[in-house]
Amino acid sequence: MLEDKDRIFKNLYNDFGPDLASAKQRGDWKNTKEICEKGREWIIDEIKTSELRGRGGAGFPTGLKWSFAPKEVGSRPHYLVINADESEPGTCKDRDILRFEPHKLIEGCLIASYAVNAHKCYIYIRGEYFNEGQKLQIAIDEAYKDGLLGKNSAGTGWELDIYIHYGAGAYICGEETALLESIEGKKGQPRLKPPFPALIGLYGCPTIINNVETISVVPTILRKGGKWFSSLGRPKNTGSKIYCISGNVNNPCNVEEEMGIPLKELIEKHAGGVIGGWDNLKAVIPGGSSMPLLPKETCETIKMDFDACVENKTGLGTAGIVVINKDQDIIKCMARIARFYKHESCGQCTPCREGSGWMWRMLERMAKGEATRDEVDMLLDVTKQIEGHTICAFGEGSSWPVQGLIRNFKDEIIERNKFDPIVKKQKDIPYLVDQHLLDKDNA
Amino acid sequence: MAVKKISKVQPENFEFNKKNKETADIIIKNYPSGKQQSAVMALLYLAQKQNDNWIPLSAMKYIAKYLDMPYIKVYEVATFYSMYNLTPVGKYFFQVCTTTPCMLRGAYNLVEVCKKKISEEENMLSKDGKTSWLEVECLGACVNAPMLQLNEDYFEDLDSAKLEKIIDKISNNEVPQPGSYRGRLSSEPENTRKTLIGIKNA
Repeated sequence: MLEDKDRIFKNLYNDFGPDLASAKQRGDWKNTKEICEKGREWIIDEIKTSELRGRGGAGFPTGLKWSFAPKEVGSRPHYLVINADESEPGTCKDRDILRFEPHKLIEGCLIASYAVNAHKCYIYIRGEYFNEGQKLQIAIDEAYKDGLLGKNSAGTGWELDIYIHYGAGAYICGEETALLESIEGKKGQPRLKPPFPALIGLYGCPTIINNVETISVVPTILRKGGKWFSSLGRPKNTGSKIYCISGNVNNPCNVEEEMGIPLKELIEKHAGGVIGGWDNLKAVIPGGSSMPLLPKETCETIKMDFDACVENKTGLGTAGIVVINKDQDIIKCMARIARFYKHESCGQCTPCREGSGWMWRMLERMAKGEATRDEVDMLLDVTKQIEGHTICAFGEGSSWPVQGLIRNFKDEIIERNKFDPIVKKQKDIPYLVDQHLLDKDNA
Repeated sequence: MAVKKISKVQPENFEFNKKNKETADIIIKNYPSGKQQSAVMALLYLAQKQNDNWIPLSAMKYIAKYLDMPYIKVYEVATFYSMYNLTPVGKYFFQVCTTTPCMLRGAYNLVEVCKKKISEEENMLSKDGKTSWLEVECLGACVNAPMLQLNEDYFEDLDSAKLEKIIDKISNNEVPQPGSYRGRLSSEPENTRKTLIGIKNA
């Protein structure tokens, strides 16, 4: 278990208050000037040493991402965009950072902006988090007042302005290019990549987009050193992470833990165990709804980090752990997730727009036991036709949970859906090919 | 994608009041010059707030002129995003999250309460015309499930009885307290907290 002194988000449970004075007491905004004076190269190298991977779901190395930004500012200004459009079912970590640790985020914004040569930073907050956004705005105002933002931010000589942009309830705007479209005042439909946003992003200018949690851990990493961060966890999966444990557990909670902590420890120790005991566990979705679920056997041993999850045919994603116990109908749960994706598809690519609805309707019928046996394979086929055939990763996100269900609980689906459409009685009309249609039983 | 209906009854004219005009001009300045279209989402929110929580077509036309952009682009944005109400909703608008993490903890019981106490169907005004409800997708407070959003506030850790009390309070013209209904102040584990204890006591 991670020691308290190594935890980055010391105010995760709001024991101290989110205001600037108490944030400074916790060590925020300390030596920000000295850090920036060490130069861009040093900051990016230190983040590379720390092996920090993006916390928004894809796990892309942050240092590498920053190094993609052009070294010199050309005719177009650079932008930093923070993705606070947290809508992945099972995930609620960014909300706590926004309301309890806003100064970690703002300081991270300053350092990141300096590292990528950006003078403007937009924080895209989902519209439902209106109150959290207001709290962040209060913190931003405090920072301006204290000279930590503006013309000469925190004495670094760097000019930075931070603006909040509210979303309006579209899950897809968490996809980075859709988010840019949304800031530009358009429908949030993802763009084709390449060109990548690091070169052509917001308003056609170089843009670096990071998750809230990623940016918030940056100041602490630079203060304590990249080596300290990489000493936690294991190589390529370093540091600590906020895990959100929800669903059928006794004490659902957010907790910051070391990367690679066993899933069982998270559930048993921090979340008070599965409702009805560990033996009552049915499955766990380890990384937000778009990651395939894990059956109980795997949950016994799996360690929660990026690579270990991939080895077990799932993904860490946003580390939103949804625990499902045996009192629940697993097919129904997945059908509800499929409905979420049907609702949230942006409608740009046909396989996703149509396919997400097909998957939902088929799963609903399977939950009721009204599907035929062949449809299970057909459903798997549909998921394969969505996956990889769309502009953004929404196609994968919507089809992986269904694939996970079929991979692990196929027997259960088939057992419930025994209906077999084979023609039993035949009328003797030799010239009619579709003669089974004459039979009412088979119609 | 969700199907959005446009209200059949539409007011003829719409104009920002003085305060909103000032706010709108401040918001437009947040974006680079010539990129005033970026402010469309924020301005739609302002319009929605000014017009009893829904956006009429005349407001979209007004915003289009205000931002010097085609009307259809504003219409596109208003119909794409689910938080813009294009038909009148109740003054108290309940949005119940029923996505899987909430569903596992009994969100559909809350839906039943809404059906019983507010109106039979989603987006239908209650008898007194003050409240309406809607099933929505994940609101991002999964460890405080089941939860709902009432206008801008989150109500967390609910169950049927607690929601009934909230609705009763509203019909008695009282303001219910937002936040957790099991006394939690954040997303910490109840009773069994194992982390950040030393620092708290220090």
